[in-house]
Amino acid sequence: MSVDTTLAQASNGLVYASMVAYTVSMIGFAASFASTKGRDLTPAATAQGVAADAESGGVAVVTRTDLGGPDDGALPPGRRAANIATSVMWLATILLGAGILMRGLSVHRMPLGNMYEFSLASGFAVALTYLVISLRRDVRWLGIFVVIPVLLTLGLAVTVLYTEAAQLVPALKSYWLVIHVSAAVICAGAFSISAAASSLYLVADTGERRAAAGQPYWLAGLARRLPESTRLDGMAYRIIAFMFPLWTFAIIAGAIWAENAWGRYWGWDPKETWAFITWVAYAAYLHARATAGWKGRRAAYVALVAFATFLFNYFGVNILLPGLHSYGGV
Amino acid sequence: MTDRPDVDLAAEDPADVPTGTDAVAPPADGEDAAARRLSTAPVEAPADAPVSLGLLGWLRWGWRTLTSMRTALILLFLLALASVPGSIFPQRGTAPVDVTQWIQENPALGRFLDRLGMFDVFASPWFAAIYLLLFVSLAGCVLPRAAQHWRIVRSRPPAAPLNLSRLPEHRRLESDAEPQRVLDDAAQWLRAHRWRVDTEAATDPDGGWVAAEKGYARETGNLVFHVALLGILLAVALGSLAGFRGVVLVREGSSFADTRAQYDSFTPGRAFDDADLPPFAFTLDSFDAQFQRGGQQDGAAREFSADLTVTPEPGAEPEKVRVEVNEPLVVGGVKAFLVGHGYAPTVTVRDADGEIVFRDSVVFLPQDGAFTSTGVVKVPDTVPQLALQGFFLPTAAVDDVRGPHSTFPEDDDPAVFLAAWTGDLGLDSGRPQSVYRLDTEGMTRIGIDALRPGESWELPDGSATVTFDGYVEWASFSVARDPGKELALLASVVAMIGLAASLLISRRRVWVRVNPGPGGVTVVEVAGLTRSEHASVADEVEALTEALPVTTSTSTTTTPPRA
Ligand code: HEM
Repeated sequence: MSVDTTLAQASNGLVYASMVAYTVSMIGFAASFASTKGRDLTPAATAQGVAADAESGGVAVVTRTDLGGPDDGALPPGRRAANIATSVMWLATILLGAGILMRGLSVHRMPLGNMYEFSLASGFAVALTYLVISLRRDVRWLGIFVVIPVLLTLGLAVTVLYTEAAQLVPALKSYWLVIHVSAAVICAGAFSISAAASSLYLVADTGERRAAAGQPYWLAGLARRLPESTRLDGMAYRIIAFMFPLWTFAIIAGAIWAENAWGRYWGWDPKETWAFITWVAYAAYLHARATAGWKGRRAAYVALVAFATFLFNYFGVNILLPGLHSYGGV
Repeated sequence: MTDRPDVDLAAEDPADVPTGTDAVAPPADGEDAAARRLSTAPVEAPADAPVSLGLLGWLRWGWRTLTSMRTALILLFLLALASVPGSIFPQRGTAPVDVTQWIQENPALGRFLDRLGMFDVFASPWFAAIYLLLFVSLAGCVLPRAAQHWRIVRSRPPAAPLNLSRLPEHRRLESDAEPQRVLDDAAQWLRAHRWRVDTEAATDPDGGWVAAEKGYARETGNLVFHVALLGILLAVALGSLAGFRGVVLVREGSSFADTRAQYDSFTPGRAFDDADLPPFAFTLDSFDAQFQRGGQQDGAAREFSADLTVTPEPGAEPEKVRVEVNEPLVVGGVKAFLVGHGYAPTVTVRDADGEIVFRDSVVFLPQDGAFTSTGVVKVPDTVPQLALQGFFLPTAAVDDVRGPHSTFPEDDDPAVFLAAWTGDLGLDSGRPQSVYRLDTEGMTRIGIDALRPGESWELPDGSATVTFDGYVEWASFSVARDPGKELALLASVVAMIGLAASLLISRRRVWVRVNPGPGGVTVVEVAGLTRSEHASVADEVEALTEALPVTTSTSTTTTPPRA
C-alpha cells in the first residue's frame, strides 16, 4: 500500500501546531509557578500532617497520601494562569493526538514503527497521563515539569529523529508489536511522570530538612512551591505500583512477538536486556518500598535509576548498541 | 474452638519502624495490634553474625541472611548490573563472528574479557550464580510465607481493638436499634460484600463487636507471582536443555530435509537427541523481497515472502505453504522462521575442451543494506584447481572510493565482479573450510572481470571459460524447538496476574463495636485499617456506616488529613 503524502503532511503540521500550543501552555505554567507564593517549609508547618497521624495512631504507613486536593494550600495565586495553561495543554494534546492519527492513516498502520513515531506517542502519553491525573487531583504545581519534557521530546522527534512516513520493515508487521509498543508507550508516559515526582520529592525533602535545620538551600524557592515531600513520594510510588504490571505485560508481549519473528522468545538482544534491567530495577524499587523500609530518599534514588535505565533503553540502545530491534530510520 | 493465631506470630513490618529522622510517634498499641498479620512480609533477620554458635549456627545464620529481603534486593541489583556487559559486548550466542573480530582487534583486552566471560555473559558461571542464589533466596523466603499465608487465610480476623478511635478511619454514631441488631446488620452487610467476618455477641462485658477482613488476594497474588518466577526459570532451563536451534540457507529450487547434517549451523541443548528432529522436508519454490523505492528510507525492506512445498513427514502429501517474517512454517512440532535472504549467482565453468566442469548456483552473503554480496565459487575438478572470488551486485555500480558495490537491494541491474584464482584449494588439508571464504595460500590470481547475466569470460590462461548464467535468490530459515516455551508463557502470564493482584488489591480490615450509651441509645463505632499506600478503607467504612440501622445519627468522623 502506498503512503498518502497529503495526510502525512497534515500530520506534520498538526505536530508543529501542538508544539506551539505546548509552548503557550509552558509559559502559562511558568507564570503560575513564578507568581505562587509557596508554602512554609519549616517543620512546624510540614509536621502538621505527621502530627495528625500520630494522633490517630501514629503509624505512618497508613497515611493516606493524596495526589493533591482542594485543601492543597500550596498555590493560591497563579491558579488562573495554571488553569489556562491546563486548557491549552488539552488543546495541544488533542492536536498531537490528531497528528499521530493522521500519521497512522497516511501509512495504513499503527504509527509506532520508528523512533520518530514512538517519540510522538510517548510525548502524547506523558501529556495525557498528566491531564488525566489533573481531572481528579490538583497537580497544577507539576504542570511545568511535564510540559517541558514533552516539548523536548517533540523537539527531538521533529529534528533529530524525524522519519518520513513509510511502510514498515517486515519484522515490525505484527499485531503483537502494536500491543507491545502501545503498552511500552503508556509505561513511558507514566514512568516519566513518576520520575518527575521522585525528582521533585528530593527537592522538597531537602528543602524541608534544610528549613528545619535553619540552613539555606539554593532550590528553596522551588521547594516552597511544591507539595509536601511525603505526598510527592507517595505519588511516585503509586504510579509505579500501578504501572509495573503493565510494564511486565509489555515485556511478555514483546517476548511473544520475538518468538513469532525470530523463533525465540528471549535472546538477550540489547533491547531485551535493557527491558529486563528496567524491570529488575523497578522490582527492586517496589521491594525496597514494600519490605526493606526504604521509604524516602533512598527509594527515590532507586526509582530514578530505574527510570534512567528505561530512557537508556529507548535512546541509548537504539542509537548506540546494535541489535535486532533496529527501527526503520533512526 | 478458637483457631485465631497468636497475634504476635508475625513480626512488625520493618517499614513501620521509624527511621531516625522521621518524626513519628511510637506506635500506639491499638492500631499496632490491629495491623498485625495484615502482611506476611518477612521479618528482617538481624544482620549481625552469631558470635559462637558453631557450624549449625553459622549455617542457620547464612540461610537467614540469604533468604532475607535485603539480600534479595542486593541480588536483584547485581542481576541488573551483570546483564549490562551482555548488551555492550557482542555475545557468542547471537553474534559469534563479531566476537572473533572484537578479540582480533583488541587482542590483549579481548582475551582478558573473554576469560571473564564478557562475551558469553548470559551463560557465564557468575551470571548463573547470581540468579540461582536469587532463586534459592526466593524459594527460601516465599515457601514459608506461603505456609503462613495459608494459615492466615483460614483463620478468623483479629478481634476488634478496644479503642477504635485510634484507628485512621473512624466513625462514631448513635442508634436507637438494639446493639445485637446493629451487629447483625453489620455482619450481614459485610458477608454480602464478601468480607470474612467474625463476631462477638453484644452481651460481652467489653461490648460486642464485628471484625472483618478482605483482600487476601493481595498476599496470594504476591506469593503466586514469586512462585511463577520459579516457573519461568524452570521453563528457561528446560528450553536450553532439551531444545535446539539451527539455521539453514536454501536456494530457490533446492530442498531441505530436517537432518542435522543439512543445517548450516546447529546448536542443540545438552539433553537434545538428534533422533528428535522431526522428519519433514521442504523445497523453496520461490522467494520474493520488496523494498522501498525513493524517499528517505530508500532501499528499506518492505515485504519478504517464501513459497514452500512442504512434506510434513516421509510419504505424506506435499503442501504449499507461504512463509513470511512474522508467519513461520509450523511443522512436526517445530517452527521454521524466515530470517534472511540473498542472491546466489549461477555459474557454469567449461574447460578448454568446452566440457562442463561446474554448474551451480552459489550462495553469496549480503554485506550491506543494498545487498552488495560476496562469495566464492570453488571448482575442485580442474587441474590446477580453480576458484572465483568476488561480488554479486543486484544493482551494480563502481566508483573509486567503494569499488564495485550495489546501490539498491533489488535486481535492477545485476552483475558479478569476479577474480579468478588457480592453484590448490586446500580441500584435502583436512582443515575445515568455510564455503564463503577462499584460502588464497597456495593459489595465484590470474585475472578479474565483470559479467552481466549471459556473458562469458575466457580466463587469461585459456584454461577455462566462465559463464554467468543468471542467479536465484536464497532464503535462510531458523528452525527451533523450545520445549519450555509454553511453560514460560503460562508462568509469565500467571506471574503478571499475581503481580497485578499484589499491587492493586489492598488487604483491609474493618471493625464495628457497640456499647450501650446514655439514655438507652447504642453507641456504634466503625473503624477501618489498611496497609496499602495507594488505597484507603474510607469508602468502605462509609458504606458500612450507611448500611447500619441509625435513627439518630450524631456521627463524628475522623479521617486523617491528606498528608
Ligand atoms: C530472594 C528473592 C525474593 C524475595 C525474598 C522476595 C520477597 C518479596 C516479598 C516478601 C514481597 C512482598 C512485600 C509485601 O508483602 O508487601 C515481595 C514483593 C514483590 N517482589 Fe519479591 N522477592 C524476591 C524476588 C523477587 C524477584 C526476583 C522479583 C522480580 C524481579 C520480585 C518482584 C517483586 C515485586 C514486583 C513485588 C511487589 C511489591 C509490592 O507488593 O509492593 N521479587 N517480594
